[in-house]
Amino acid sequence: MAQITQISRRRFLQSTGLSAAFVLGAQVRPNSIFSVAHAQTATAVQPNLFVSIDVDGTVTITCSRSEMGQGVRTGIPMILADELEADWSRVQIWQAPGDETKYDPAGRDGQNTDGSRSTRHHFEVMRELGASARNLLERAAAEEWDVDAGEVYTKHHRVYHTNSGRSLDFGELVDAASSISLPSDEDAPRLKDPSEWKYIGKDLPVVDNYDMSTGRAAYGADVSLPGMKIAVVARSPVYRGRVRSFDASQALEVQGVDQVIEIPALDDEMPAEFRALGGVAVIGTNTWSVLEGRSRLQIEWDDGPFTAHDSSTYDGALRDSARGGGSVIRARGNVEEALADADQIVEAEYFVPYFIHTPMEPPVALVDATVRPVQVWAPTQAPNETRQYVAEALGLEKTDVECQITLLGGGFGRKSKPDFVCEAAILSEAVGAPVRMQWTREDEIRHGYYHAASAQHIRAGLDASGNVSAWHHCAAWPSIMALWNPAQKTASALEAGLGLIDLPYDNVPNLQIETGEADVMIRVGWYRSVNNVQHAFAINCFANELAVAAGRDPLEFMLELIGDADEMDLTQDGVEEVWNYGDAIEEWPIMPKRLSNVLRIVAQKSGYGKPMPNGHGLGLACHRSFHSYVATAVHVVVRDDGSLHIPQVDVAIDCGRYVNPEGVRKQMEGAVIFGHTIARHGKITTQRGAVEQNNFHDYPVTRISDAPLDVRVELVDDYVHLRSCGVGEPGVPPYAPALLNAIFAATGKRHRTLPVTDDVISS
Amino acid sequence: MVALTVNGISQEFDGDPNMPILWYLRDELALVGTKFGCGVALCGACTVHVDGRAVRACVTPVSAAENKQITTIEGLDPDGNHPVQRAWRAHNVPQCGYCQSGQIMQAASLLAANPDPTDEELISGMQGNICRCGTYQRIFAAVRTAASEV
Repeated sequence: MAQITQISRRRFLQSTGLSAAFVLGAQVRPNSIFSVAHAQTATAVQPNLFVSIDVDGTVTITCSRSEMGQGVRTGIPMILADELEADWSRVQIWQAPGDETKYDPAGRDGQNTDGSRSTRHHFEVMRELGASARNLLERAAAEEWDVDAGEVYTKHHRVYHTNSGRSLDFGELVDAASSISLPSDEDAPRLKDPSEWKYIGKDLPVVDNYDMSTGRAAYGADVSLPGMKIAVVARSPVYRGRVRSFDASQALEVQGVDQVIEIPALDDEMPAEFRALGGVAVIGTNTWSVLEGRSRLQIEWDDGPFTAHDSSTYDGALRDSARGGGSVIRARGNVEEALADADQIVEAEYFVPYFIHTPMEPPVALVDATVRPVQVWAPTQAPNETRQYVAEALGLEKTDVECQITLLGGGFGRKSKPDFVCEAAILSEAVGAPVRMQWTREDEIRHGYYHAASAQHIRAGLDASGNVSAWHHCAAWPSIMALWNPAQKTASALEAGLGLIDLPYDNVPNLQIETGEADVMIRVGWYRSVNNVQHAFAINCFANELAVAAGRDPLEFMLELIGDADEMDLTQDGVEEVWNYGDAIEEWPIMPKRLSNVLRIVAQKSGYGKPMPNGHGLGLACHRSFHSYVATAVHVVVRDDGSLHIPQVDVAIDCGRYVNPEGVRKQMEGAVIFGHTIARHGKITTQRGAVEQNNFHDYPVTRISDAPLDVRVELVDDYVHLRSCGVGEPGVPPYAPALLNAIFAATGKRHRTLPVTDDVISS
Repeated sequence: MVALTVNGISQEFDGDPNMPILWYLRDELALVGTKFGCGVALCGACTVHVDGRAVRACVTPVSAAENKQITTIEGLDPDGNHPVQRAWRAHNVPQCGYCQSGQIMQAASLLAANPDPTDEELISGMQGNICRCGTYQRIFAAVRTAASEV
């Protein structure tokens, strides 16, 4: 994973200097206020790449992040519009292309939309950019009226003169503002006080609401170019297999099929990373023809080195690894002594299988490699990695590739990996025409980057009073890092940082956390919430098991384990460097009191503790991830046939300062459904190296008929004065353990392996 | 040659009559509001109306629509103001939005046939449409709201 480099604000503003911005303004927005300002104030620092104002007063705000349903095209522009005092109804959004030298204002993410980072890394800089633009308009008005700039103020798209009551609309100030220079860094304009905010913290519908309800919203496959060809690829059923031979004669007979081309297999020495792995491409004039053609290909595969990857043995190897122990990554006290002295020892093993993302839009990309710079249109979370890997595939420089980002029909981490864009690029070059590379659902399920399967083994000691005296935890999973280093068998600090090393039970006196080795035999990649999914599952379920073993109330027991400390300092447990979601631990510390707080709130909201009828259960779980604190309460009704009814789910989230509460609620509602798929359905298996699932019949996901339909979200304001935290992912991890704890409360049966299907529950 | 009507406009298609309506709409007519999700009628993203009835366009050949009326999300209402569409916006249903054309077409067909569905009928009517972002709670509420208007 790329190192994140901190670029100072000054450097960013300098990097958005005259020439690039002028070109942008001239090409895209000829009446742009700042393109004109640029022409006359070459030395000024300019926030122009993120806001422009047309003479009709339309404010165009740049969105430099990818929209995949998390509401980023609304949330981040809201921040800038607020400081600008813009009228939201006169704001439009412009989607920036991939260019981190211009469109990564915080200098922290390389324009990559993942890790639930967008809001927290943009909050301050978008405010500054908005305030800077507002200041420019105010000084333009002051000059126009020949008054002191201190006598003017801005409100709702107009600048006012306090003494005379005169006012001008933003659009009316374009000409005057064009000759004004921006304030220097040393003279930064005042930011609003939070009490003055008009959009931040208020509900707004997403800017794409109308387009999404009318079919006008444009996703990856909705972009076409003249002369464009459509391609599908047949890929090796086994990871890193190769084409031995193929016969395309029947495929070529299909009307509409033009060519069949082999994409050479990636060289064995090259790590997979985000590269195209090879296969046989069918290229033609329409999607139906190439799909028909592909079904008639006759291909003999050389399965390659990974046929031993078989769930029947691989899962057991992970369990053995977790049981056998591994590298100690965090230690406090002496677990062995404490376990020897324990009144009672509780031991359990948890297993979570591979998952695949299944965004509703399968991977798709359009590339024109016949022009320079190469043109890419893709639903990508990672436009700059897309440029980098496409350039590599074509033997070009990154700067030879431009990438436009369409809406993403779901991402969940899949669309951070531009292997599918590389395929389009290779084929476009080969056929000498723009190519749309279309993946089918089967392609997506069978040739993806899988969420790591994992096993966790935990042993804990209880003393005579029912307190946890020791917690010994070992987890084993195949590492994402093997994408770059295929020999890697050990977990990375990044992955362990996703809810394992930061095990929240600060009040356990003896603690040891280990990671076991695992072979990596398929592409393992990040998936919404990543390893937090399995870590939160095991930790919350095991705490519940311990509470029951100790004869204690699970809520009271968990609150005692977590405690109410202001901060948890992992360095005291021998953790030299804490991976903290890429951020400084000083800025986003681990705060047990916030986790306890959301747990108390969700327990109260859900009516925890009230008597329930037979067959009903209420389960709790909580987890910190992406700096946010989320607690979930699931009320379940378990029927005799093992089917479930979930009348109510309560979620409490403390994500610090939030921007669009409606957006946060929607993310929590969606995270519950996503978590429900994890708990009840998600399971990828391999046989002789090949993924066994194909489509939604054998890889089901939650439907409306099994979805919780009464999800109540409590947005916790107690720490709203603190920094913004993640929202897209943190709602997912606590759901599955809350559900499983609820099932235990209803039935007295423990389930430690996901997914928990009807059959499992009824057996 | 297959003669049919799409969003009120007469069309003649002289390609492979086995081509699914989905690809005919998207690749031949450039009506891209109808989405590809699974290709085997398991997710509902491609839902359109044929003579007012919801069908999965990914598995329905163009020949099955001969002399029939196809309505897509683009043709549901000229201004995008069908009661289902208005309810969708009022409830802020979409997240990524990709499945929403199919969800809306399914809901419109459901309510046309059964303007006052019970909860069970509403759920069974919508269960063929997957939303991976998990907007089901709002879909349920929006169909309920729309039902009071149709």
